[in-house]
Amino acid sequence: MYSHGSESLIKQAREIQESELQKFYGRLVRLLQAKEVGHETIDSLQRLHLILSATKFTRIKIVPLHKRILLLISSPLEQLQVLSSAVLRETLPLSGQEVNYSHLNSHAASLLVSQVCFNTYIVLLCLLLFRTLESRQSEGPAHSITHTLPILNTVITHSPECLTEEHVTLLSKKLVDWLRYASITQGGGTSSGGFFSGPRSRQPGPIAELDGTVSGDFFTVLCVGQGFTEDQWMNVYSFSMLRNWLLTYHSVSNCNTTADSDDRSEVDGSVISMVSATSSSSRLLPPKERLREKAFQYCQRLIEQSDRKAHKRTDTELQKACLVEAVCILDCVCLEDTSLVYRVFPCIKALYGRLCSDLSFARVLVPIAQFYLNHGEMAAVDCEPVWQLVFGRFPAELFNDPFLAHELLRFLRLNIENLQLRVPQYTLSFPNLLKFLAWDSSAMVDDFVDLLPSLVTAGTAVELLHTLLDLPCLSATLVLQLRSACLPITEPSGRILQALDAFRNPSVRGLFLFLLRGEAGDTIERLSTLHELLTESADWPRVIQCAQTVPVLLHIFFNTVIKVADEKLLAHLILVQLERSSLLLKIPKYIKEVHRVFSCHLLKLCKLHPSLVVDQSHELLEFAGTTANVYSKEEPLLLCIRKMVWVLGEYLSVSCDARCSVRLITSCFEALEAVLFEITSSAPPAGAVCPNPRVITTLMSALAKLASRSHDLIPRISLFFSKLRTVTRGGSAAWCSDEEDLVAIVTRGEELWSLLKAPGVAQSVLTPPPHVNTAQWHRDTNVAMPLQLRTITSLTHSQ
Amino acid sequence: MVRCFLVHTVCPVSALSAAESRVLYSRVFGPDETVQHEDLDPEERRLQQRERVAVVARQVRSAVTLSREASGRQLVEMVPGEEALALQEADSGVVRLRAGDPFSGEMSALWVAVQSLGFTMVCEPHENLLLAEGTLKNLTRHCLEHLHMLGPGSEVLLKGDRIDVLLSRLLPHGQLLFLNHRFAQSLEKEVSAYMTK
Repeated sequence: MYSHGSESLIKQAREIQESELQKFYGRLVRLLQAKEVGHETIDSLQRLHLILSATKFTRIKIVPLHKRILLLISSPLEQLQVLSSAVLRETLPLSGQEVNYSHLNSHAASLLVSQVCFNTYIVLLCLLLFRTLESRQSEGPAHSITHTLPILNTVITHSPECLTEEHVTLLSKKLVDWLRYASITQGGGTSSGGFFSGPRSRQPGPIAELDGTVSGDFFTVLCVGQGFTEDQWMNVYSFSMLRNWLLTYHSVSNCNTTADSDDRSEVDGSVISMVSATSSSSRLLPPKERLREKAFQYCQRLIEQSDRKAHKRTDTELQKACLVEAVCILDCVCLEDTSLVYRVFPCIKALYGRLCSDLSFARVLVPIAQFYLNHGEMAAVDCEPVWQLVFGRFPAELFNDPFLAHELLRFLRLNIENLQLRVPQYTLSFPNLLKFLAWDSSAMVDDFVDLLPSLVTAGTAVELLHTLLDLPCLSATLVLQLRSACLPITEPSGRILQALDAFRNPSVRGLFLFLLRGEAGDTIERLSTLHELLTESADWPRVIQCAQTVPVLLHIFFNTVIKVADEKLLAHLILVQLERSSLLLKIPKYIKEVHRVFSCHLLKLCKLHPSLVVDQSHELLEFAGTTANVYSKEEPLLLCIRKMVWVLGEYLSVSCDARCSVRLITSCFEALEAVLFEITSSAPPAGAVCPNPRVITTLMSALAKLASRSHDLIPRISLFFSKLRTVTRGGSAAWCSDEEDLVAIVTRGEELWSLLKAPGVAQSVLTPPPHVNTAQWHRDTNVAMPLQLRTITSLTHSQ
Repeated sequence: MVRCFLVHTVCPVSALSAAESRVLYSRVFGPDETVQHEDLDPEERRLQQRERVAVVARQVRSAVTLSREASGRQLVEMVPGEEALALQEADSGVVRLRAGDPFSGEMSALWVAVQSLGFTMVCEPHENLLLAEGTLKNLTRHCLEHLHMLGPGSEVLLKGDRIDVLLSRLLPHGQLLFLNHRFAQSLEKEVSAYMTK
């Protein structure tokens, strides 16, 4: 597809020499001067465009050609119009005066819009467009006014203030005409003729619906005919921009501009709501309100028309798109005039009833859910079934539809506050919602970074943490679920034979079903069994991609949970981290990253709430005291251990928590002492490496800190330090292979030993009171003076 | 409205680094974003626009690579004539472009990846994405057919005006259109008439 030839063509275009370029220009000028436009002219213009667009730097100014090419924009030949605007797009911009406004074709208009300083000349453009629209006769083919609406759409998207009140009124009236009163007979092509055809058979037939029946109501985008009249084309263009128009000029905020119109609309408002409730005399409505009314009727008709069975697949797709648009427009219209809700809701409710059991209409049901969220309360309608669909069936069965996932998650992001308020099952639905992430992690992680904080509640935090940690397992399970549905039960499944067998095996199926649950509120016992069954999924790309997104979500989880959790919950979370650090799906990189996250947040939690250390001292000791862990080669796990040891040493004191007894300090000391003795008394067991020297020094420091608080323990640790010195006097030890490391360990030991010789001092040196560590330069008399002097100096000595 | 439409590579290109994408065609609709805000000269403005398009291409390239890796599907070579099949087999998806990266507001970049090329349409997120998806797939099919992209030629580079005309009918000034098969046929006839000249 993309070939070497294309690459070299681009290279040639970029590296063209100046002299060659000038020759080329000369040739092109001559070609353009000729009366006839031949193949060579077109070809040269195409090459010129390539040369100009091949580089992102505007290195070429085509002054000699500029004027000639400018003339081409108004050429009757479309190919010249297109090529000249493409070329001019790549060169320096036009000033507005260079453009011939009287013959503005679509391509020239787009050039104008994209290049010219928008605000200055756009007013001129608007005037021209409105002049075109107002004139009854259109010169040239039907499309000469059809391009005005898309251009206007661009204008109102970027500078809505460019349209005056008059323009808005005029266009509102025109839109009403095109939308509601377009011809209902076929236009364009005449009948096939033939010997027996006379003037009567030349009568244009009526328009038809998509299923072939003759249309019985006004023309819409879902009507077909042999050919179309101009106003039918305008019907299509009008509907295409209708929502944008309504959002720009009909939104609640810009309804009232002056105080006068405020009063007027209050009075009118009551009259209007009466009228719209009866919809009888809409001709009496002002243009804006009339447009709103006609928009409602148009959307209602589209909803009806979408129930018909279209003959062509593209038309079926169009019907779905029309339903989405219709619901969005109705939502917009109801937000503007809430009295319309009573007329609109029955329509939406009926549509919901029609579509709710058909998953192929899921993308239409998302805007319907938005409508229910916006207006359901006001209309006192039961929204329960809608939420069950949105939070239940959709994530569970359509997690692999990227477009639905994108739209559903966007719906959640936009309405997060409302949902948290009105939909209690939102925070319980995370097992389902996370299926989107587990399936397509790279695309969905961005949305979940925004959504996750809202799913963290005190009630569900622990289960959410477990679910996040098992996200790769969920990813694997979803793969198995889909594969299992596709493959017949008797056929071997190739690569994923074992895991798929396990998935289908009734005795362990419950484990998988737990992962696939829709709502929070369940727990699982045999997690390690599940991990074993899924071992082979550790190298599936989808699972690996999922595992890569988990650490960032864990960070967000922890940063959010500390805001909503009480100490009891935090203690529980510490326990979960300690427990799960050895209970993860066996993907080495994944395990490392999770340990890294744990080490960071365990420390953070303990620093925030030091009394947790006393609470959980038993579990922390169990974790840190497992010598098997200490002999691990994995950096992040060792980091975890060191931090836990540090935390024990630092916070197990009476000043942190009054419940800290001497007995507790002693038992902690003994546990850590045992570990230290074991790893420094002999060579590491077969197959293991020497223990990490920093782990050893951390253990020594922690023990010293504990001893400084309970002086009875000092002789024990001092004994250890003296033994250490003797054993290593020989220069080496069986448990430490690196000489430099050994020296560092021994030096540290010596420092701690000397400190402990003065027990009173030892405590304040090893665990300084908090105020020493916080900077208070402005209060510290020793430091403040120099600071003051320096400040004054810098102020008075201007540079 | 649609902010831009681009055709770019999603396969490794020898002259570029692994993550980069060669943009073969790009069309930005609407006025330049930076016009109102900064006092840049036109050359810098053009450069910025090109860089913005390049950022979108890179992000889509990365999304396509990850999506293909995750699905594990093998890419099947197609030949000219199999355009409809190529489109059926194509991967598609949508990338969320956060505000500022690279457009000032949040955008949704819908993409269709046919073998080594990606066709991307950047829209405002509140647009009718169902309609946008249909339009994008239609545009892709026409590009594949009229520019013989399944073959080894380089027509996409030299005949970019054909895509311009296609866009002027099916996506005029970035406006998505609700076209039933009759309206679409009528516009496609005009496009074909242009292509045969």
